[in-house]
Amino acid sequence: MIFSLAIYAAPYSSQAPDTAYKFATALLANNHKIYRIFFYHDAIHHASALTTPQQDEPNFTQQWQSLAKTHKIDLVVCIAAALKRGLLNSQEANRYNKPAANLAEGFEISGLGQLLDAAVNSDRFITFGS
Amino acid sequence: MKKKLLFISRHAPYGSSLPKDALDALLAASAYDQDLSILFMDDGVFQLLKNQIANEINQKSFSAILPVLSLYEIDSIYVHYESLEKRHITINELVFDGIQVLDSQAIGVLLAQQDQLLSF
Repeated sequence: MIFSLAIYAAPYSSQAPDTAYKFATALLANNHKIYRIFFYHDAIHHASALTTPQQDEPNFTQQWQSLAKTHKIDLVVCIAAALKRGLLNSQEANRYNKPAANLAEGFEISGLGQLLDAAVNSDRFITFGS
Repeated sequence: MKKKLLFISRHAPYGSSLPKDALDALLAASAYDQDLSILFMDDGVFQLLKNQIANEINQKSFSAILPVLSLYEIDSIYVHYESLEKRHITINELVFDGIQVLDSQAIGVLLAQQDQLLSF
């Protein structure tokens, strides 16, 4: 089956991101496909290249990156949610004349249409952190 | 082929920005020619109250935003009866005159008809 996940919860504030990650790995282990993981609301912080957790905590940014690389999964961050929370790729940093960009490699900034596209083009659409 | 997508909004309007993000997602979705609807339940029913004055807390009032849905041709708007009842809210206190009030059993039917549920 083709799945997409929507994550709304910030890293390190609730159990939701870890549940989402475990769910994603369980899907892939059972030969399902993940079409897209969409980060919206407070979940955009998962895509920060500056994430620096302590050593005994999971690094969600790296976990998503490696999952996406291995299984060719689209990691999409909502542009409106990202920009107002200070998460920018280099193009947006230039456009708004900001001193730095901090979008982690493997993530892509795009519009809310990608959320709908994921819901329409997947057999199952599962939300974490609502 | 059009898919049936139900947005479910379950949080009070201003404590979190998730209800506003749900509406933004719904309005964005309206550009993609799908069969869209929205259900308000649990504390989400508070979003529907008339005469909210959210500018006093630097927010946009849901009572002002929600009527915009019809301009985007989103006319399937549902509210959960038991959620209203528990909070002592009556239908004439809501911004929509034509809102469809469904009890838990009818909501079960509504959910079963959908291709996807988008939970906020």
